[in-house]
Amino acid sequence: MMDCVLPRYKVLRDHDQCTDCGLCARTCANGVYRRPREGGPIAINSKRCVNCQRCVVFCPAEALAVTAWPQVGTGSANWTLEAMQDIARQAQTGGVLLSSMGNPKPYHVYWDHLLLNASQVTNPSIDPLREPMETRVFLGSRPEIPKVNERERRVVEPLPPQLKLDVPLMFSAMSFGSISLNAQKALALAARELGTFFNVGEGGMHRDLEPFAHCAFAQVASGRFGVDAHYLNTAAAIEIKIGQGAKPGIGGHLPGEKISGEVSRTRMIPEGSDAISPAPHHDIYSIEDLRQLVFSIKEATGYRKPVAVKIAAVHNAAAIASGMARTGADIIVVDGFRGGTGAAPKRIRDAVGIPVELALAAIDQRLRDEGIRSTVSLVASGSIRNAADVVRAIALGADACSIGSAALIAMGCHQCGDCSSGRCNWGIATQRPALTERLDPEEAAERVVNLVRGWTLELQEMMGGMGINAVDSLRGNRLMLRGVGLNEKELEILGVKYAGE
Amino acid sequence: MAARHIPREGETRIPSGCAIAGIMDRSGARHDGTDILKSIALMHDRSNGLGGGFAAYGIYPDYADLYAFHIMYESREARAATEAYLEHYYLCEKQERVPTEDHPAIKNPPDIWRYFMAPHPMRLAASGLDEAEYTMRHVFHINGAVDGAFVASSGKNMGVFKGVGYPEDIGEFYRIADYDAWAWTAHGRFPTNTPGWWGGAHPFTLLNWSIVHNGEISSYDANRRYVEQFGYDCELQTDTEVITYLFDLLARRHGLSQEMAAHIMAAPSWRAIDAMAPENAAFETALRTVYASALVNGPFSIILGSEEGLLALNDRLKLRALMAAEKGPVVYLASEQAAIQVVCPDAENVRSIEGGVPFVVQLDAVARRKQEEAAENRAVRDWPLEHEVGVQPRRRREA
Amino acid sequence: MIETIEIEVTAVAVTGAEPPAAEPPTATRAEVALGLSHFKEANERVRAALARADEVAVTDAHAQRYLGCALPAGKRLAIGGTPGNDLGCYLDGGAIEVFGDGQDQVGNTMNAGSITIHGRCGDAAGYALRGGTILVRDECGWRAGIHMKEYERKRPALVIGGDAGAFLGEYMAGGVIVLGGEPGPYVGSGMHGGVIYLRRPLAADAVTSGLVQAPATEEDVPGLAELIGAYNEAFAGEGPPLPAPDGGWWCLRPASARPYGSLYAH
Repeated sequence: MMDCVLPRYKVLRDHDQCTDCGLCARTCANGVYRRPREGGPIAINSKRCVNCQRCVVFCPAEALAVTAWPQVGTGSANWTLEAMQDIARQAQTGGVLLSSMGNPKPYHVYWDHLLLNASQVTNPSIDPLREPMETRVFLGSRPEIPKVNERERRVVEPLPPQLKLDVPLMFSAMSFGSISLNAQKALALAARELGTFFNVGEGGMHRDLEPFAHCAFAQVASGRFGVDAHYLNTAAAIEIKIGQGAKPGIGGHLPGEKISGEVSRTRMIPEGSDAISPAPHHDIYSIEDLRQLVFSIKEATGYRKPVAVKIAAVHNAAAIASGMARTGADIIVVDGFRGGTGAAPKRIRDAVGIPVELALAAIDQRLRDEGIRSTVSLVASGSIRNAADVVRAIALGADACSIGSAALIAMGCHQCGDCSSGRCNWGIATQRPALTERLDPEEAAERVVNLVRGWTLELQEMMGGMGINAVDSLRGNRLMLRGVGLNEKELEILGVKYAGE
Repeated sequence: MAARHIPREGETRIPSGCAIAGIMDRSGARHDGTDILKSIALMHDRSNGLGGGFAAYGIYPDYADLYAFHIMYESREARAATEAYLEHYYLCEKQERVPTEDHPAIKNPPDIWRYFMAPHPMRLAASGLDEAEYTMRHVFHINGAVDGAFVASSGKNMGVFKGVGYPEDIGEFYRIADYDAWAWTAHGRFPTNTPGWWGGAHPFTLLNWSIVHNGEISSYDANRRYVEQFGYDCELQTDTEVITYLFDLLARRHGLSQEMAAHIMAAPSWRAIDAMAPENAAFETALRTVYASALVNGPFSIILGSEEGLLALNDRLKLRALMAAEKGPVVYLASEQAAIQVVCPDAENVRSIEGGVPFVVQLDAVARRKQEEAAENRAVRDWPLEHEVGVQPRRRREA
Repeated sequence: MIETIEIEVTAVAVTGAEPPAAEPPTATRAEVALGLSHFKEANERVRAALARADEVAVTDAHAQRYLGCALPAGKRLAIGGTPGNDLGCYLDGGAIEVFGDGQDQVGNTMNAGSITIHGRCGDAAGYALRGGTILVRDECGWRAGIHMKEYERKRPALVIGGDAGAFLGEYMAGGVIVLGGEPGPYVGSGMHGGVIYLRRPLAADAVTSGLVQAPATEEDVPGLAELIGAYNEAFAGEGPPLPAPDGGWWCLRPASARPYGSLYAH
């Protein structure tokens, strides 16, 4: 059949710089470079390039660059080259287009439209380097009215289990299977170092991660991979995954190529077979069923662990969250449409779900309208890119944020979006030993720890600038935000005023 | 050219700075307002003449069991509407204009009345609320829904005298020297714009609570969105309002002591908690976890008045100054030391209130009673309602 | 009201290499009673009196602010009552003595001269103190000596006989603080110059990161002796004197003049 699919990228080699060391050919797992058997210069097959930039970064002579395939688009503003190439691909395969990472379309990044306050005159800013600046948060459910004995200074009815985070930031769920064990180890090491938590995702907990279980979330997704009593009881907390921002409404699909021996053992499924997570949990068809599942987990863990429930940001997220709060969920996690994934149908990734900023604001307000916001914790994720985004998320109402893509980028991910092929040159989204060994967990952990430490310092600077010395006073403090370039309705949903007001 | 409407408190948020003072006799003996007036007058330069006021406790001993509403009216219609509303829900023992004196610096005062009332027994019983909740809701209604009427105070055996002007002038306008109280607090305001609205002056009150407050809190919106969950209308958008509601929520509704409520609002730092013994650390951690959104951040010093006495509190970083001193049973508080010494030159034990540590001055009688009380908090909603009048039909006997 | 009174004026000690304030004993002295007058009027009257006499006794002070503002060398104020905030702000060589307590911001941005308080003082005493000496007999509030700095021959000093509140010497960039009592938490937070002398060492976890705590050495003795001597002389008979410089003093110094050098990603 005629192949109308053009290359997306073109690899450029600067022949003056190139020393012909051949590193590019040894490094690229996609087969872009090939040293001919008969000798001679390295041949380039740009069609295979996914622009992961591994060769560009590692070329000792800085002789490589990847550019867009220099083909001007025909069509029009709506018949873009991409739109037409999608059709070509489907015409040739009859399949569902697959993609990775979060929604790339140029919808509003609402974070960039929210400006932060600083205190002057009527209220002093606080110096983060010299005065105590508190970033500690606790996640869990708590009573509206505690019962305390003031004279003895003790709480009469103990609080439900809480998780202590030294920074309002943790790592999103990324399964063993979608990412490598080394990448998971890096997150585990980083979480332990930072005093926060990582999430093993829906692929079960590999035994190498058990030493880190006290800072792990065990995820229970619809496929129930690796879920047994031991799994539930070793982790610090359990997260029921209802949905994920990148692919709301559908389940997960880990292609058989990525089910290596280790993956198969951890998930407790046969090697080489596909790992399909159904779309819904087949025991949750209505809100009361979620309550049943939540309590089944609490019973299995002796009520010792907080149970989180993660949903994708969709149209009625506020109502869903309000229901979830009443099912006994201790932590509500909402993941926006820019949240990453190892594999999702392109149409679902690009067209389904809403931005986390709007969902977060709506959920926080709805819970307050119902008088129950103070009894649960709320975590937001879905493209938190920097410390300012963290401040904005907390000001909109989040107790903490979860980062996925940002942590991977710290480890070396260049967002090429080719995760589903399993050929990740950075050793992250792959199971091939030759590639995974490129990612040293200790070094990768150090990079992630550096990232979060840098963000924490920035967070403290921004809070200090607002005259706040504890995250508790930033939470839900919408007056610290002003919108710019937003319409009335957007301002109303976000619950912020326009800059100047 | 039409005058531009300058938004008043509630339509916009108006930050302000100030001076505060308090004088209380722990034995319950009552004194007139001369001293408090002199004390706040000395701190003249901390205000800008756009607000001043006083709270006084024990001034209506003859009506001690009745709610004493002080209401400001901007028009005759406002008064008519409010009185019609109150007649429906309260039984009024006495109503009269609050006596005032013309003062050259006090311009365009509203019409100020006071009412000594008890909740209508039938309506109270039918509402399913206790009298404090009942009164609170009606005060919110008048302030929110009746145009041109504002309830300045709604407590028992206490009252607030406030308006637009320097506090010493306001004090003369209201003739506070004619009232005898066991506790006085005073406030001089320095707002950042000129609403000229009497309702916006401080102290802010709710039921028996009064607060005078110096500073601006940066946690305002986090605190507001917390208390609004429980039915408090933050109509005025002021810090003082939200702080008062936090005390009402924690102390009256949740049953914690005022001191514990203050402790929660100025909670110790995690650094301090980590250094505590494990049981104490667990207790403080639990409080901070449950009441995270009640933490008040930013510079503030407040003097809270109630039927128990006075409570002074500075923020954790002690960004505002508040001095205390004593002479016999009388306790003095002021933003500046000299404001104490001008009324009590031989005041003893002059010291600063520490950051984050509640300074509690209780009436001796209250302190004695508290010794006998249970140490555990009991939320208002757990108390059985006892109404004089039972409106439900009698239960049918079993066959 | 101006009266001519014969009195003896003791020269007040100043620290460092600054030339002593040239103050020959003067025979003329003026008196101004403040009462409840507003600070603008009060300061005008005090300045008028200072134009006529080198020493002015200010009596019955009630929180008037800015008394002694920018007082130049050769002039002296003796104050009774409670002076208001910003006492001796921008002091430029003059001498101020208070027979009572001070309020907040004593010696704010002071450049040279001396302030002596026979009592306590409030918060932020000596904010941005650049030269001269402040002696406080009793305790002080929070943030005393915040952002003191020294430059060339100007080496300011703050001596407190009693306890200090939190954040003593915050952001200190130079100069000397001597504390006779107990410090509050967060001593020297952000300190990057100068030295703080304490009677007792701080617990290890109370020493702010970036500071080094050590016993006072031989090199500390001369400077410390001069300040301790000035304090003991000024408040002789009014309370316990400060112990001698070899009496077990401890000092806090910054580990580096660039405490935040590695904070930024370039």
